[in-house]
Amino acid sequence: MNTIETLEQKEKKYTKEDFTSDQEVRWCPGCGDYSILAQMRRLLPELGVKKENVVFVSGIGCSSRFPYYMDTYGLHGIHGRAPALASGIKLANPDLTVFVITGDGDALSIGGNHFIHLCRRNIDVTVLLFNNRIYGLTKGQYSPTSERGKITKSSPYGSLEEPFNPVKMALAAGATFVARSMDRDPKHLEATLLEAARHKGTSFVEIYQNCNIFNDGAFEKYTNIKTRFDNVVYLKNEQEYRFGRENDKHLFWDGHRFRVEEWKATEEPLTHNTDNLPVSMEFALAELSELEDFPVPVGVFRKRQAETYDALLTKQIEEVKKSKGQGDLQKLLESGNTWHVD
Amino acid sequence: MSQSTHLDQVTIRFAGDSGDGMQLTGTQFTNTTAMVGNDLSTLPDYPAEIRAPAGTLFGVSGFQLQFSSHEIHTPGDQVDVLVAMNPAALKVNLQHLRDNGIIIANADAFSLRNLKLAGYEQNPLEDGSLEGFQLFSVPITRLTREALVEVAISSKDKDRSKNFFALGITYWMFSRPLEVTLKWIEEKFAGKPELIEANKKALNAGYSYALATEVFTTTYTVEKAKTTPGKYRKITGNEAVSLGLIVAAEKAGRPLFLGGYPITPASDILHNLAKYRHYDVKTFQAEDEIAGVGSAIGASYSGALGVTASSGPGIALKSEFIGYAVMTEIPLVVINVQRGGPSTGLPTKTEQADLFQAFYGRNGEAPLPIVAAKSPADCFQTALEAAHMAIKFATPVFLLTDGYLANGAEPWLIPDVADIPEIKEPLAVSGKEYLPYKRDPKTLARTMAVPGTEGLEHRLGGLEKEDLTGNVSYDPENHHNMVRLRQKKVEKVAGFIPPPDFSGEEQGVLLIVSWGSTFGTVFSAVEEARKQGRQVSWIHLRWINPLPEMLGKLIHNFKHVLVPEINAGQLVKIIRAEYLVDARGFDRVRGLPLQTHELVEEISSYFEE
Ligand SMILES: Cc1ncc(C[n+]2csc(CCOP(=O)(O)OP(=O)(O)O)c2C)c(N)n1
Ligand code: SF4
Ligand SMILES: [Mg+2]
Repeated sequence: MNTIETLEQKEKKYTKEDFTSDQEVRWCPGCGDYSILAQMRRLLPELGVKKENVVFVSGIGCSSRFPYYMDTYGLHGIHGRAPALASGIKLANPDLTVFVITGDGDALSIGGNHFIHLCRRNIDVTVLLFNNRIYGLTKGQYSPTSERGKITKSSPYGSLEEPFNPVKMALAAGATFVARSMDRDPKHLEATLLEAARHKGTSFVEIYQNCNIFNDGAFEKYTNIKTRFDNVVYLKNEQEYRFGRENDKHLFWDGHRFRVEEWKATEEPLTHNTDNLPVSMEFALAELSELEDFPVPVGVFRKRQAETYDALLTKQIEEVKKSKGQGDLQKLLESGNTWHVD
Repeated sequence: MSQSTHLDQVTIRFAGDSGDGMQLTGTQFTNTTAMVGNDLSTLPDYPAEIRAPAGTLFGVSGFQLQFSSHEIHTPGDQVDVLVAMNPAALKVNLQHLRDNGIIIANADAFSLRNLKLAGYEQNPLEDGSLEGFQLFSVPITRLTREALVEVAISSKDKDRSKNFFALGITYWMFSRPLEVTLKWIEEKFAGKPELIEANKKALNAGYSYALATEVFTTTYTVEKAKTTPGKYRKITGNEAVSLGLIVAAEKAGRPLFLGGYPITPASDILHNLAKYRHYDVKTFQAEDEIAGVGSAIGASYSGALGVTASSGPGIALKSEFIGYAVMTEIPLVVINVQRGGPSTGLPTKTEQADLFQAFYGRNGEAPLPIVAAKSPADCFQTALEAAHMAIKFATPVFLLTDGYLANGAEPWLIPDVADIPEIKEPLAVSGKEYLPYKRDPKTLARTMAVPGTEGLEHRLGGLEKEDLTGNVSYDPENHHNMVRLRQKKVEKVAGFIPPPDFSGEEQGVLLIVSWGSTFGTVFSAVEEARKQGRQVSWIHLRWINPLPEMLGKLIHNFKHVLVPEINAGQLVKIIRAEYLVDARGFDRVRGLPLQTHELVEEISSYFEE
């Protein structure tokens, strides 16, 4: 390859085709995963990183097949452990842009431990949780996000478990970017993923994803354009919590909890703040998706700047080098008490 | 006046409560002895509890050390000198003391309460029951207090210096200089002048006491060992592994990444490496062992030398990921510092019972190379070789050590870094066609392309790979072929590793086949048996998978094959299966190294038929 070609390639702006691998996509027709894939291919040219510096890492599940379909570097990992692989990848080479693709079972059941510790460390990777509230790949058992009472093959009389709220978990575990979006709101999804990818630190996006085979319609209420606006409140920074078909309702904060009220203009309107919402409000907002008679918040819950683990590690290495000098191998081997035998 | 006697070799054991500082005392004696130029081998032997209840039998902590004017390979079967800081220490360790051996006991600790805790009805220091030994009953606690009257520290702190008093006595007995320990005290307690003063005074007082009183009539000298000339230091197995990894990474031009989770007796590898940020070493204390190995694989995937270190229970958790590295063909060094099992087992004791785990502890056909270190210092070379083969063959490699190697110490001839060969294994570069699973015909290894390499974007995963392309494949013939290729790749390692240690005739009555940390015991036992006129041949395996090519022919030239191991017979089963010979095991699974004399007896039995 000569240099001129290389230059031309570098200057070329990517299109979504550049991120499309030659592998045939094998999700069920109608699966929500297709939409997420499409938005990802669309946003990567916008992100402005070289495609050889992008790595998709996944666990196991329908969703975790994702890396095969992206023409970037990719690791299809083992069940639940993508955060571990991703941590090693990012720490060994902090120049890479790393995405973790995971499912509700993958991230919150078998991989729950890795997930929370990834958030806690604030390693600069972007996590996409495809939440279909079911185990897709293993053909339809209830998952840690399935609602109590769910009838599945492994819970023929109804599941007995309370579900996890992934957004609440990510907030509590300390992720510095936490958002929710939906497969059937492609514009919102693309914008949210792009913002997540641009954020420095662990970014977490819960994506409501329809599994039309084993849990069809799980999010219908929120995704169907007819019912969406009465059941979803879009979180927008510095904007009020207004929703409703006529934009006629809002969330009112009474100091302890949110209430749904008719919207009235006030002097000091309550607005969303991704930067430093009081913890009580942040969690109250996250909890709304668990409550009846409340709209589900969709959008960015938290976006906070904090030092990333990877940057801190690099910094620490530099500092130790500054104080001790670049290591000398021979000196290292000869450290401690030594003696000569003649 | 005392007389001075020359000795060839001595085994000394310091024993006391876990809180008595016996590991520290033993380590100081070791450091001084190394500086004097003796060959040596150590065996720290301590309970899993950090502070077991004082005075109890299970709370006894011991440190054994053999030193010699010639080459030695074991910490010794029988003890010549036992330092017992309390009745429990005496009770537990007396069985190891040879007839007429020396006991130095802290008489002050033989109180009614302590005697009872140790299960003594009468005071053994006074009831004549120790008649077959040379007993030195010294009021160590009282003498230490007296020596420290003027030091401004609490009496509790004064009592803590008594181990230095005991150390001083042994330094006098064995004509050791005090300087190494005095210097160490200054560094260790820097900023605490009272403690420096107290410990130095205690050490000197012990030395002077032994010199001045008529109690000790003999001092002993052990001449310098005549070993290969050069610069030496003392090294433990865990230190040697750590240094070997750092050197390997440097020689490979890849940064070192250790993903780990604390576990005895492997934690010191994590501790050691964490210190070396200025050598571009990245250590990651993960949330569990699974994440430890996963992060190491991720790091290797992006071009580092990924390593994970653990012990049996942690290795069990890592199994799935190790299989993943077999499938994705990503370099990885997995260190298992074996301890007593199963389950939590005996965390601080040694064992070789994870060989099968290394061989077979994964789902599917998942072969990988396995190498085992033979001595603490040898851990350096094994770590280098393990890393080299992992990179060269793009495979996980198991490096087996054990508790005895990890914490045991011996002198190490420090190599010249410039003499250690480079590990230059190429990564795929931009601009050429790239097939992730195309193999080098000589090694059958694939070439890795790391993220960041333009134009070589590709996907890997745990699903079966299509030959050459690495695409997902469910084709039956392809699977059959790939299973064989992965196996053959491991077999190819045999062409790139040094031959095993072999000594003796190439045919005869008895061939001993051993591996790992039993090296020292087998060495001594074979030497002894040969002195008795037995014609024994011995092969010590370093790489256990693949087995050395020469073994297949050799093993059939002997009437008997004996495989000593610290397990219930694992290598012996592999040998029997592989070569269809009637190999016999010799196993003692006590959580301790094998005993030389027992093995000598076993060897003899093959010649007495
Ligand atoms: C160690 C292990 N246990 C179990 C499985 C089986 N398994 C594969 S995917 C899966 C659940 C996937 O559910 P989810 O993470 O929600 O992903 P989805 O398929 O719904 O996208 C399970 C249990 C496995 N592959 N590995
Ligand atoms: S099973 Fe469900 S989640 Fe999996 S591909 Fe089919 S529709 Fe999608
Ligand atoms: Mg799911």
